[in-house]
Amino acid sequence: MRLLNQSLTYLSSAFLVIIGVWSILFYINIKDEIRDSIDDGLENNKLLIYQKIKADSTLLLQREFGGNNFEIHPISTQKVPFRKDVYKDTLMYRHNEDDLEPVRILHATFKHQNNYYRLKIISSLIEEDDLIEDASYSIFWLFIILIACIFIINNFVLRKVWHPFYEILNSLKNYRLNTNNSPISVTTNTKEFIQLQDASNALIHHTKKAFIAQKEFTENASHELQTPIAIITNKLELLLESDHLNHDDAKTISEVIQMTDRLKKLNKTLLLLTKIENKQFIQQEGISINTIAKAHCQQFAEYTAFKHIEIKIEEAANVQVQMNDSLADILISNLIKNAIFHNIEHGKIIILITHQMFTIINTGAKTALDSKTIFNRFTKNESKTQSTGLGLAVCKAICDLYQFKLNYQFIQNEHHFSIHFKN
Amino acid sequence: MKILIIEDEAELRETIQKSLLKEKYTVETAHDFTSASDKITMYNYDCILLDIMLPNGNGLDLLKHLKQLGKSENVIIISAKNALDDKLKGLALGADDYLTKPFHIAELTARITAVLRRKYFNGKSEVQLGNCTINIQERTLKVNQHDVHLNRKEFDILNYFSLNKNRLITKSALAEYVWGDHIDQADNFDFIYYQIKNLRKKLEDSNAEMAIETVYGIGYKLIEK
Repeated sequence: MRLLNQSLTYLSSAFLVIIGVWSILFYINIKDEIRDSIDDGLENNKLLIYQKIKADSTLLLQREFGGNNFEIHPISTQKVPFRKDVYKDTLMYRHNEDDLEPVRILHATFKHQNNYYRLKIISSLIEEDDLIEDASYSIFWLFIILIACIFIINNFVLRKVWHPFYEILNSLKNYRLNTNNSPISVTTNTKEFIQLQDASNALIHHTKKAFIAQKEFTENASHELQTPIAIITNKLELLLESDHLNHDDAKTISEVIQMTDRLKKLNKTLLLLTKIENKQFIQQEGISINTIAKAHCQQFAEYTAFKHIEIKIEEAANVQVQMNDSLADILISNLIKNAIFHNIEHGKIIILITHQMFTIINTGAKTALDSKTIFNRFTKNESKTQSTGLGLAVCKAICDLYQFKLNYQFIQNEHHFSIHFKN
Repeated sequence: MKILIIEDEAELRETIQKSLLKEKYTVETAHDFTSASDKITMYNYDCILLDIMLPNGNGLDLLKHLKQLGKSENVIIISAKNALDDKLKGLALGADDYLTKPFHIAELTARITAVLRRKYFNGKSEVQLGNCTINIQERTLKVNQHDVHLNRKEFDILNYFSLNKNRLITKSALAEYVWGDHIDQADNFDFIYYQIKNLRKKLEDSNAEMAIETVYGIGYKLIEK
């Protein structure tokens, strides 16, 4: 969630609570105030009625509310003791509304010429449900308008205030260690943003230094290893040609040579990976994937015939890709070799070349490989200890370099490797 | 045949020298830029093995020097760098081949033999071994003037053997030659074995005066009968 919207969420929940509590208190207050003033009015009415009764005793015959807002009933003192005035809420039938509506009623007892009477005066009350409904509506709209205002203000003001932050964030997102970007520089007077920018630049500087050091180390180490490995291999090979060797010694020497070969291959492949990741393959040209695929299948024709592996190439399109020719070669040949060497006897390989896509499907182990680790370095099939476990890592590195998508799937006992050339 | 090895690493220089002496070449060595420069100025060689990274100088400059002297020595560059740039530069400056360290002895022998073949065949592309004629251009084998059909890989292997006559070729070297670089050699040896078996049978069936010997079960050797 974006920063702007996050503050909005917090604000709106706070507003919801504040407005909610406030409106309840406000409603209670208003209601009390209304009751008070109605009660005052009723009391005033009572006093007026008392005065009028003194002048005109026919009012004492007012038994029903009728058109007036009071009624008077004589009572005996035994039956009803003299009471203080009582105000009550009650419901009364209203003709115009054809319904029971709330009214405020005043029960008072008074004495007139030694007779006791009970007086009831009514006054219509506010209809509470209507009030609540209206008030809720207004409050709801108030809430919406507030949130909308804050949203707009956030977007206009905060966006402006936070602009340097987003600029720094974007620079960091687009930063690539192996390209020569200039340090992040945004124009701002905000202290925090300047600090953030300085911290980011310091971090980038450190990372870059470490990256370069690591790069140089891998490269140098691999280079420096080449000569000793060459000496070991060549000396052993010469030793094998010696006449005084017995069979067992020769066997041991040959095993050492094979190990040295593995070392050599590891070293070469690591060097290749480093070079790919360092983007040292700059030259690009239009490469026909179809041509490369066919050439490599041809290259392994004798081997596949020997293993009785059937290779089929289905070309639905001619795929042209802009990339380095050696890397294209390595990418496609590694996938084809992978499909061949991890295949079974009498197995099959299908190469599908469709629009911007190269897929190679092969039979092989009956269980799926772990698609999460398969492209990692040194992931290898346990039965193939001679393998360096770097072949697919090289493919992945090449695809990453050109932002191709390399995928693995296991469908119906077949291994599918596919490259999408358009990202 | 006179060969000059220009390489600063003593152990490697001596190993290469030993191997080349087996081929009955006359071998001289130089360990740095100055001594190498002196030697190529004073003497003529049939082939020069040249390391690019040398103490007090760059091997590529030696190539330029050779060109200035008007000498057309065959130069094979041996370098720890597999950089395409160096390779192209070297080849552009007149080097005949480029070999990346580390390499198999068999590979080096093959490259040298190939270079010398090109130099002294004068356009001829046939190699005679006993009663066998290998035509490199047309990729054919004739035994007693009769064609023997070989498939692509079989011919490659035979050619490699002919470049390493009487020398041991380990299975790893052969596998690398047959499959090229960047390959895990997991399952390759049985295929090599299969190809050798077929090749042997074809040579035997056609009464060829050469045979492929197994050496300790770890490699092969081509011998003339």
